[in-house]
Amino acid sequence: MSTPFPPIRRTPTTRRRSALKPWHYMPYVFVAPFFILFLSFGLFPLLFSAYASFFRWELSSGLAGMKWEGWGNYAFVLQLDALPWKQFFTGAFWSELHGLDFWRALYNTFWLGFASGLPQHLIAIPLAYFIHMKFRRARNPAIAMYFLPYITNTVAITLVFSSLFSRDFGVINQVLTGLAHFDVAGVRPLAWLFPDQNIDWGRPEYTRPIVAFIIWWRFVGWNTVLYLSALQTIPKDLYEAATIDGAGLWQQFRYITLPMLRPMILFAVTLTIIGNLQLFEEPFILTGGSGGVGQVAETVAMQMYKVGLTDGDFGTASAVAWLMFMVIAALTWLNNRYLGKKD
Amino acid sequence: MGFISKAGSAGLLVSAVFGAQAQTTVLTVASFKDLDRSVLAAIPLYKKARPDVEIKLVSLGYGDHHNAMTTALATGANLPDVMGIEIGFVAKMAEGGGVEDLSKAPYDANALRPKFFKFASAQATSRGGIFAAVPADIGPGALFYRKDLMDKAGITEAQLTQSWDSYIEAGKTLKAKTGAYLIPNAGTIKDILLRSGLKDGEGIYFDDKGKVLVDSPRFVRAFETAKKARAAGIDAKVGAWSNEWSEGFKRGTVASEMMGAWLAGHLKNWIAPETAGQWRSATLPGGLSASWGGSFYAIPKAAKNKAAAWDFIKFMTTNKEVQIAAFRELDAFPALVEATNDPFVDQPMPFLGGQVARKQWKATAAAIPATAVDRLDPVAAEVIAAEFDKVLEQDKPVAAALADAKKAIERRVRR
Repeated sequence: MSTPFPPIRRTPTTRRRSALKPWHYMPYVFVAPFFILFLSFGLFPLLFSAYASFFRWELSSGLAGMKWEGWGNYAFVLQLDALPWKQFFTGAFWSELHGLDFWRALYNTFWLGFASGLPQHLIAIPLAYFIHMKFRRARNPAIAMYFLPYITNTVAITLVFSSLFSRDFGVINQVLTGLAHFDVAGVRPLAWLFPDQNIDWGRPEYTRPIVAFIIWWRFVGWNTVLYLSALQTIPKDLYEAATIDGAGLWQQFRYITLPMLRPMILFAVTLTIIGNLQLFEEPFILTGGSGGVGQVAETVAMQMYKVGLTDGDFGTASAVAWLMFMVIAALTWLNNRYLGKKD
Repeated sequence: MGFISKAGSAGLLVSAVFGAQAQTTVLTVASFKDLDRSVLAAIPLYKKARPDVEIKLVSLGYGDHHNAMTTALATGANLPDVMGIEIGFVAKMAEGGGVEDLSKAPYDANALRPKFFKFASAQATSRGGIFAAVPADIGPGALFYRKDLMDKAGITEAQLTQSWDSYIEAGKTLKAKTGAYLIPNAGTIKDILLRSGLKDGEGIYFDDKGKVLVDSPRFVRAFETAKKARAAGIDAKVGAWSNEWSEGFKRGTVASEMMGAWLAGHLKNWIAPETAGQWRSATLPGGLSASWGGSFYAIPKAAKNKAAAWDFIKFMTTNKEVQIAAFRELDAFPALVEATNDPFVDQPMPFLGGQVARKQWKATAAAIPATAVDRLDPVAAEVIAAEFDKVLEQDKPVAAALADAKKAIERRVRR
């Protein structure tokens, strides 16, 4: 009887041929589910989208309808030939660039990523430090509260926020105008500070900040948990030694906590970069899929969805996906290079 | 409710018969929410006509269903025998070539053409005369308005429907006298007006050679009129189907809306049931006729039971009894002209104050021009909506917006 496995170099003691026993193949059976799922839902779509990005493919025409396009889809997305390169150092070039779909979406994505990502870490690190130092018994409930937004369904969260920000019936407008109308003996002391009329939160200047706020709110807790777990690994004697040497709380934070946190900062920032550049659900639901007036909150992922499923142009959508992959890879590399360097 | 119990027993019937007979053909029908109810209602009737065919209904939400069908066509896997599709997807699937051309043998859809309202047949036909899908229900457009609020402001129906100018003037009066907005969103005015003056065979966004038409006077007028309505302060600036939109109807802060006739059912069932008797239906201002939505049935090329599928589609769309059942029970307005001769059309509608509104909708349906459809119509509509937002919100000049829209559409078409 032959085994389905290629011959493996064996030590003399195990050389004797033996029948295939369950313990020979069972390990492979046990790990198979992961590999089958990974190959069919992970690796295959990945490679297939890379392949599709070089084809013109109208989805409803089936696989037979794929036509070779070469780099055409990439050129179509980037539109480098439509730009006034001679005016590179003037504003005209940049306003023209902003008018092109992909570049505008990329700008929006960076804007949202930065405006929601940076505050996440600036708040999460001190917050984690505070919880680590000051909380004793209430610590786990406190962490759970901060972590709750992260494990809640994004769609539900976004719908809740969109009703909070509703122009006519939203709580936020009711509180703001309520404060403006707050009345002490005929005088309205807060009228100068708060709006008299309901604010239309759907206006383009508010769209991006609202999206950024929702994302920030959602991920602060997640980052706090990451930093807390890293703080717990910092040896207590370092702090004790520092206290004996007369270091204050701030100096301990600056010279012990922050340097020791660096590997975790690298990890958390990497996750933020990857996550924020793939933003989809929050802006999609908040703006009803349109990206808002002037597409101010249309991210690259949303554009990919639109090109693929509304326009039915799957090749171009795959090209957008791979361009985005390259941007993410480049940023992760940069982040690794600067935050991850060894002292 | 009568319908629910009927649907429930239909479900029981299907599960009871499964496995009992080995000879039966199982016909898979993929549909989306609300259209699936007409399939459920038709199953017992079909069972009588064709006891040897089992209908297996697969139903998803509107968006999920169409995404699933698009990907199924792309890969050729998991395709149903009969596919329910909404109007926005018909031309795309027809020109992609993933569904059968029903005008060719062994199908005889061209013979069915005169049976439907002419605009519905036109919507079913794509470039090159491909008859990709058979119309099942349609949405003739109407202007729904709150009679009580108009009375309070002293506005007559004639003022609302005579012309767009008189409509906007009436809106100003309404706002001044009652504080209510006349219309949820000025964008609706644009959507209707850019269909004005079209004759049979003309396209909305593209001509028959694929040239983009969005910088024509038709679009300029649509944009300008809608802009005027916004400037007059008569629109509530809320998007359709948003919370503000339905709350506006519920609380009476918005007094009219222009949409498909099916809006009456939505108002009655969930949006504003307590306003029953106060709504009326009128024709669209300026003597225009337009339609909103519409459902169709198609057969994928890779379907397994094409003959049975065609038989079922004909049953769903041209059987008078089935169409009337859907009309009576689900208020799905029939695409089949014959079905609208049913006395049901002449029944007064209590929600609309006893008005015989279906008769009006029937007249509208007959008057809607048979405009040509293009697979990129949804893309063009999206670009136009985005540019229109810029005109309203960022004061972009109309001419510049339409020029940009043309550029953007031409780019997206590209080949």
